[in-house]
Amino acid sequence: MTDTSAHRTPRAALPAMLPSAPLRALLQPVLARVVRRVAARHPGMFARIAPYQQADFLIVATELPFALHLRPDPQAPLFRAVPRDPLPAHDARIEAPFMLLLNLVDGETDGDAAFFSRDLVISGNTEAVVSLRNALDDVEGSIAQDTADLFGPPGRLVLDALRRRAAP
Amino acid sequence: MNAAADFSQAGELVCPAGTPAALRTAVDAGADTVYCGFQDATNARNFPGLNFTLPELEASVAYAHARGARVLLALNTYPPAGKFDLWRAAAANAARLKVDACIVADMGVARHIATEYPGLRLHLSVQAAASSPEAIRYYCQHFGVRRVVLPRILTIPEIHAIKQETPCEIETFIFGNHGLMVEGRCSLTNWLTGESTNMDGVCSPAGKVTYEEDADGGLRSCLGGFTIDRFAPDETAGYPTICKGRYAAPHRPEGYYAFEEPVSLNLARLLPDLMGAGVHAFKIEGRQRSKSYVRKVVGAFRAAVDAIRAGATPDLADLVALTEGQKETQGAFQTKKWR
Repeated sequence: MTDTSAHRTPRAALPAMLPSAPLRALLQPVLARVVRRVAARHPGMFARIAPYQQADFLIVATELPFALHLRPDPQAPLFRAVPRDPLPAHDARIEAPFMLLLNLVDGETDGDAAFFSRDLVISGNTEAVVSLRNALDDVEGSIAQDTADLFGPPGRLVLDALRRRAAP
Repeated sequence: MNAAADFSQAGELVCPAGTPAALRTAVDAGADTVYCGFQDATNARNFPGLNFTLPELEASVAYAHARGARVLLALNTYPPAGKFDLWRAAAANAARLKVDACIVADMGVARHIATEYPGLRLHLSVQAAASSPEAIRYYCQHFGVRRVVLPRILTIPEIHAIKQETPCEIETFIFGNHGLMVEGRCSLTNWLTGESTNMDGVCSPAGKVTYEEDADGGLRSCLGGFTIDRFAPDETAGYPTICKGRYAAPHRPEGYYAFEEPVSLNLARLLPDLMGAGVHAFKIEGRQRSKSYVRKVVGAFRAAVDAIRAGATPDLADLVALTEGQKETQGAFQTKKWR
């Protein structure tokens, strides 16, 4: 199934200091490194998403001027920034505020509850989304922290700042 | 029998786990017992990416037992003709991996386990819909069932009366999804998707569910190509199950919840009454939920049960944010006037 529906929430201007294209270009090597690290540290998660290892997920943080494209192929995991307007073709789309997405990935927030509250919006192949959610939820530890650690003290500073900003 | 398999203390907290990480989370949060299932149709949460492989269950049983917790295996679906081998294999693996009990619904599965693995404890699933002393006694007498999970259609006085006339432990749901209908006999999903809740373990299979946004920000949930609900832009959503769909009828053209509403059961405030009625174990629904849900709900109920045991008034955390539609009910437990 391919879903090309338009995104629901107007983008906010979190990193508005840079246009989307240069920002995406800057991020690509970082994102590639992140996904390789997660794949290497959590190989077991791919079994839970086996039927959808070639599926194209679009993850849309409502505040960001770009979307993230994930293809959870254990042999060649893909994670890259893509334009939001228009969104590229995809199998499933997951949209929420950035910190909610981060907390979902880290198992700190319940996905069903976020869906009930309408803070989390999904479209496209629901089975693929459920598989991805369950695969991520079986990961022990914090993927966000792993990612921050990858970049040493600066990475941890950024993550701490994001978490402080999102704290109630 | 392993050292953890002492089911004698009342007020047992029976908690869900859809993944090994959720099981460890439940044990660490204070679950007395965790229930889970294999990655196939032998259990009623046969969802994509969920549940346990054999090695995962083996490691999880070891983790739980090392910490004094028990593991129950849900074999609570009904084997269709010609497919018995899947349930036989699951029962054999349950015995080999030394789970503390199997939760069964089908009489054939119950008889098979009682005959082939007489040391394996049997609990009767809510899917068996045994709601009278006569029905419960039948399962106890013929299959050696040691515990019944009651359907969510009984008041607390009714539960107390049943307890007086039955020889086994009583377990009731206290929190979670409240899709009761006629438990174990619901065929609404079959009707729309061709897949069976009771035989395939899939209520509203995710592969048949789609969510579509309307131009005004409303959300339509669809199953098998049929719209079963539409949520306004500022309205909370629920699960895409037919029993909780909103339908137009000649007398209600605006659409209404004809069967059930998207609402969760929360009996936190009735725990003392349930214990007084003779309920032995409290079940939290939600194997399909995240470990975040497990951590919060199990932690809250662990503290509440411990407070009641100590003669104190439980300080109940507000769990409404985790409920379906962000609404909660005490359902039939409080009054038969419910719906």
